[in-house]
Amino acid sequence: MTRVRLAAETDFSGFRAAARDLLRQGVEPRDVEFAVAGHEPGLFEDAPAGGGPTASSRPVPAVSRAFLSTIASASLHREPARFALIYRILWRLVDEPGLAQVASDPDVARLGALAKAVRRDIHKMHAFVRFRAVEGPDGEAFIAWYEPDHHVVEAAAPFFARRFASLLWTILTPERCVRWTGDALEYSDGVDRAVAPTGDDLEDLWRRYYASVFNPARVNPTAMRAEMPRRFWRNLPEAQLIQDLVAEAPSRAAAMVAAAPTLPVARRGAKLVDEDAERSEAAAPGLPALADRIQGCRECPLWEPATQGVPGEGPAHAALMIVGEQPGDEEDLAGRPFVGPAGRLLDRALAQAGVPRDAVYVTNAVKHFKFEPRGKRRIHKKPEAREIRACLPWLEQEFTLVRPDVVVMLGASAAQAVLGHTVAVTRVRGEVLDLAEGRRGLVTTHPSYVLRLPDREAAEAAFEALVRDLAQAWALARPA
Amino acid sequence: MDIKTKLEILADAAKYDASCASSGGQKRDSRDGKGLGSSGGSGICHSYTPDGRCVSLLKILLTNACVYDCLYCINRSSSHVRRARFTVEEVVKLTLDFYKRNYIEGLFLSSGIIRSPDYTMEELVRVARTLREEHLFRGYIHLKVIPNADPLLVEEAGRWADRLSVNVELPKPESLQALAPRKEIKDIRKAMGRLRTTIEEAPRSKGRSFAPAGQSTQMIVGADGSDDSQILSTSASLYGSYRLRRVYYSAFSPIPDASQALPLKPAPLVRENRLYQADWLMRFYGFDVEEIVDRAQGGMLDLDIDPKLAWALRHRERFPLDVNKATREDLLRVPGLGVRTVDRILVSRRVRSLRTDDLARLRVPLRKALPFVVLPDHRPTKLLDAPDLAARLRPAPRQLDLFAAP
Ligand code: SF4
Repeated sequence: MTRVRLAAETDFSGFRAAARDLLRQGVEPRDVEFAVAGHEPGLFEDAPAGGGPTASSRPVPAVSRAFLSTIASASLHREPARFALIYRILWRLVDEPGLAQVASDPDVARLGALAKAVRRDIHKMHAFVRFRAVEGPDGEAFIAWYEPDHHVVEAAAPFFARRFASLLWTILTPERCVRWTGDALEYSDGVDRAVAPTGDDLEDLWRRYYASVFNPARVNPTAMRAEMPRRFWRNLPEAQLIQDLVAEAPSRAAAMVAAAPTLPVARRGAKLVDEDAERSEAAAPGLPALADRIQGCRECPLWEPATQGVPGEGPAHAALMIVGEQPGDEEDLAGRPFVGPAGRLLDRALAQAGVPRDAVYVTNAVKHFKFEPRGKRRIHKKPEAREIRACLPWLEQEFTLVRPDVVVMLGASAAQAVLGHTVAVTRVRGEVLDLAEGRRGLVTTHPSYVLRLPDREAAEAAFEALVRDLAQAWALARPA
Repeated sequence: MDIKTKLEILADAAKYDASCASSGGQKRDSRDGKGLGSSGGSGICHSYTPDGRCVSLLKILLTNACVYDCLYCINRSSSHVRRARFTVEEVVKLTLDFYKRNYIEGLFLSSGIIRSPDYTMEELVRVARTLREEHLFRGYIHLKVIPNADPLLVEEAGRWADRLSVNVELPKPESLQALAPRKEIKDIRKAMGRLRTTIEEAPRSKGRSFAPAGQSTQMIVGADGSDDSQILSTSASLYGSYRLRRVYYSAFSPIPDASQALPLKPAPLVRENRLYQADWLMRFYGFDVEEIVDRAQGGMLDLDIDPKLAWALRHRERFPLDVNKATREDLLRVPGLGVRTVDRILVSRRVRSLRTDDLARLRVPLRKALPFVVLPDHRPTKLLDAPDLAARLRPAPRQLDLFAAP
């Protein structure tokens, strides 16, 4: 039997060195015993200093960074057999290189469980340490008494150093203590809880907070204990309330239900200063009023999941009006038409066609964005004929107010809205159509069609065609 | 009024907001020796109240006075509760005092609306600004955004806070109109839309940070007549529209001094729990609302069994699946197999074929999963056809003794 003595419970590097030697000597896992200095069972000698490789010598297996970190965590477990387990896994890794991946292997599963318990213990220490303020020689200092389940003081301490670097603090535990000096962590042996401070004035305030956020109608001590097991309670100042809070919960909850609903208090004259109303004065007639009314429209179901209605935008009287299909994701958020990718493409096309953007009124056939949620995105959905019909009155009012001479319809939905029937865009494009009240219309493709074309050349051709159509419309609207 | 009484009133008033997350904040610490605190990473629950809820942040209202009269809310203007108001300095001191003793991760500050949305928002911003600028506080801050507040104030709020949230309050716009007549759904949505836009633009403009932990919202369940399918559709649309980190569901709970217009019975807590599970299925398991809620059940989730098991029982034709061959997407649909377990299975099975024992060691609840899978040493076909399978997988009827002593 080979015996290995480790310097401390947390002597992982000592263990690694010993394991390397043992593998090199081909010492079988069942022939090794690990113990920590001061905890040796009976007669315990140091492992023979690493002799040279023997006939059954094994290479030291390579392990991934992640697996090494699992091993390191597991090595902090209070379970005495942990080192033997780790050595056995290292031994097996030589013959079974994929072993670390097999989370369901009994040894690997056990290792995983130990590592998980240790990580949880570190996390709980970060959570449940309670400092008490004391006046020290260097001013205010913060001291905590804590009892971790495993050997995690060293592993948990850096967190406190990052968080409380500007305070002087100490955490006392039965096994190991740590003190932050202001620029370094200092470790020392464990102490008795009697040396820890016993109270802090603020704890009363903290307990009141704890009691107030508890909702007696939802009492569920089992769920609480799953996350905050009883053994932690004695070092948590708030935990002394638990028994009473739980005991009183049913009667408090019942009292709330039983209490007859009250009559409302007469309003005490508290009034909201309505900034919106002050800002916008009485609704102005014309386009702004129209934009307001669109926000209240419920003529079809599209308003419901959308952020807002998106009215048209542009000069009150414009010779050229461009009608698209519906707002998209960005338009819905911004409340303005053509500000997304399709809008940017339209801007480029207008610029290239020599059309001043601010001379044009742009709007959509349908004023709310129709979409289907897909995870963290929204997928555009084509509006149906009845939605286009429902929304038509808004478009007609825009016609009446803006009085355009020429209307460009981007895509089939816009054409359907303006013309009242479906057309094939490719068949009618370039054709000057007569509309009501002496207006003339042109149908062209929607910029998002250009965006969707996967083929670069085809997209460029489609863009050029869009530019030609816009230039033609502009020429019609502004006869030389 | 002394600080203790204020704290009691204003913590009590804030507890109906379910959110308490402190994760995903900006990575910060105070190793420079000047500031106080750190954040970033997964967040910590510093305590748990006897309702099983996590205490992570100092969650309080600045004031519980409110000019609104939302019927489901304990702070509505017509309620008889005692009113209190913290000063900015009091909140700052409380936060720092609690934080230094390691009671909390930071502050979650909300408020009743006093005077005007802008005035109220300004006060919230002042607390956050004082903490960050004067005290170099580097812990977590979550601020509630008051819809309709000036966008410039919201902009500043996002500069100091890790997370911002606007509550949608209720699942349906009609309910909001009925129960919270002065709150407008469009203002709430617009505020969320602006948050999303600003959050997404922030990383593109260097040196400016804006709510790095994103935005979340809360919906009250059971105060109106919305069914689960409506609730989940609203969530799906909110996730898609505003890229929320989380939607919190808060089972309507009887409040002291309740309004006559409301149900006095609390919504069953298990309903809230099922909604969280369903929400999880939508976000991480690729389920649609239509798949999760069975129309035949009147748009409600089954309260006895979790939504994934309920789905699997309705779709037995898709099972059993071979654990050693099925795709990730398919395995994610097996009752009892979570995302982590599925990923472990995928890695493990490359090395060796998995058997029943292996699943047990991966801590898969076998009773739930085995009827739906095939393993080299297990075939469930008969079980799947058994007419009483659903009954067998239902938990034995028992009276949950919620009031048992701890
Ligand atoms: S899409 Fe048009 S018709 Fe439908 S609700 Fe919106 S504005 Fe009204």
